[in-house]
Amino acid sequence: MIARLLSGDLPRSRLLTALLLLIVLGLACAPFIFPGAKALNVAAKILIFIVLVASYDLLLGYTGIVSFAHTMFFGIGAYGVAIASTRMGPGWLALGVGIVAALLLSLVLSLLIGLFSLRVRAIFYAMITLAVAAAFQTLASQLSELTGGEDGLSFKLPEILTPAFRFSESTLFGVTPDGRLLTYYLLFASTVVLFLMLLRIVNSPFGRVLQAIRENDFRAEAIGYRIVVFRTLSNVLAALFATLAGALLAIWLRYNGADTSLSFEIMIDILLIVVIGGMGTLYGAVCGATLFILAQSYLQDLMGMAARATGSVPLLSALLSPDRWLLWLGILFILSVYFFPSGIVGRLREGRGAVSSSH
Amino acid sequence: MIDRPALIPLLLVPLLALVALPLVGSPSTWITLTAAGLAMGMIIFIIASGLTLIFGLMDVLNFGHGVFIALGAFVAVSVLGALPAWVTADDLGLNLSALALAMIAAMLAAGAVGFVFERVIVRRVYGQHLKQILITMGGMVVGEELIKVIWGAQQIALPLPAALRGALIVGDAAIEKYRVLAMVVGLVVFGVMMLVLNRTKLGLLIRAGVQDREMVESLGYRIRQLFVGVFVVGSALAGLGGVMWGLYQQNVIPQMGAQVNVLIFIVIIIGGLGSTGGCFLGALLVGLLANYTGFLVPKVALFSNILLMGAILLWRPRGLFPVTSR
Repeated sequence: MIARLLSGDLPRSRLLTALLLLIVLGLACAPFIFPGAKALNVAAKILIFIVLVASYDLLLGYTGIVSFAHTMFFGIGAYGVAIASTRMGPGWLALGVGIVAALLLSLVLSLLIGLFSLRVRAIFYAMITLAVAAAFQTLASQLSELTGGEDGLSFKLPEILTPAFRFSESTLFGVTPDGRLLTYYLLFASTVVLFLMLLRIVNSPFGRVLQAIRENDFRAEAIGYRIVVFRTLSNVLAALFATLAGALLAIWLRYNGADTSLSFEIMIDILLIVVIGGMGTLYGAVCGATLFILAQSYLQDLMGMAARATGSVPLLSALLSPDRWLLWLGILFILSVYFFPSGIVGRLREGRGAVSSSH
Repeated sequence: MIDRPALIPLLLVPLLALVALPLVGSPSTWITLTAAGLAMGMIIFIIASGLTLIFGLMDVLNFGHGVFIALGAFVAVSVLGALPAWVTADDLGLNLSALALAMIAAMLAAGAVGFVFERVIVRRVYGQHLKQILITMGGMVVGEELIKVIWGAQQIALPLPAALRGALIVGDAAIEKYRVLAMVVGLVVFGVMMLVLNRTKLGLLIRAGVQDREMVESLGYRIRQLFVGVFVVGSALAGLGGVMWGLYQQNVIPQMGAQVNVLIFIVIIIGGLGSTGGCFLGALLVGLLANYTGFLVPKVALFSNILLMGAILLWRPRGLFPVTSR
């Protein structure tokens, strides 16, 4: 049953299984174990990033394509929900229309970019997507009529998803059962479903062809697979999942702006998470996103303490400053690419011996 | 040396300028815009030239190139900040010497860091494109953070030296003094690059290496040492470009590397990956178009680069001057 749900792609390592169970249980019970608004925000962000990073892994880890336009699709999803809810007023119809419209736009855009530039070399695609994403970001901030420009858009959701909505007067294990709780579980359920869908995709015959293209595109073409078609499909699928992740983000924040969903910093974060978590292993997205977001939210406090403790040593305290945490992650990233390209997950699986990693 | 298909792209720059003339209307405005555009193009060429050189010879696309540009600009901030008397004096000689010092320091710093970057980061991933993109991107993140550690994360003003402020009046047209300097520096860099590449043995080896690396190796030349040398020179050029770009923007922020990355990628895609002449033409086209559209339709100016890239790629999918072996 479980093997069927996971499409036969089991964690294949006791430690990894334990880690994944811990993460899933932690996220499932987050509102009850970790009280407070910050903890819930962190948990929701982890959920959103799991979908976002897993969809990027489909592209980078499974197909071997580097794209820098992934946040563009993330942003389209978030803007879809935001714009529809602002224009049409809060309601389920607006949510539906926003998400469908965003999915359609992402479909068209990713198809165009894919067909236009996936024929050529990996480097070329990386550069083109970088340029396209930069242009899209400028466009989003210029069309302030539609997107709210630099200020972004704050909007309302259907009443049942708002903090003001209470579906029971009594508290549930010390937690008020409000719309916020409901929204969290909506996110949780969506993440589980989307993640299992991605797992299904990469373990299907289609997913195997993608991996064959990653390993040797020339040979894959020679066997008779049209690699342009497969690469483009992979690109489109990744874009659609990123769009849905963006929609989840907007639903959680009830706000969207260019910096929230389109910025290049998010792209860098995704890249760091995929590589550190483990390319070509969707579970890497789960572990990576959880560790990264936790580190981003809590490790910085720790670094702040370290910086104060070393305050007398000028350079060291500057290096340990909480604002510089990306420095250490960047170094970890470079080391990952060199020494363990299959990331945390690959490391854990190797620890068991017999199973060979995908790289 | 110039064959027929290469001639058409060469005509693009004057063609663009001619098309713009009736649209702009007034000839003096047109002269101002054209001069400004050419100067901007020259600056873009300087920051992009190192990247295309490195890519052409080594087949390494350095996504961390922007960091060297930012480094150059920050070194210039420090050098010019240390020489307040030379910079504020209304004396062209002193101003230019201060600038020259800043440029030399920036090139040395960027070249030295480039050497380390090649040894530590790039050397292990020759020939592996996916890893190259990832690892140089990682280098970019680390480099940007290190710049923040040294110079702080905030924006720093980089004012022009006193004698370079303001504009020269030629007839009715105003041409900013700094843009004249930028044009001179750009032409010198382009001239020296072309001279070295086309007229020296070193240039012959580099060009041969771009065309067919194995053949050059089999003739007994150590192409690895050439690689390191080109990487250092490319990084130093980025440092020089950083000084020019910083002065052009009149301020520097640590994120500027990532910002100009987009611009220089567009330029080398337009020019044809690895081609120095193509990079020069691409940079001039981007600079001119940005200034014309900035005057005619300001909203479009923000997207002029990418529209130009799209148009060129539809016409020539591999850029203006594709390098044969790539």
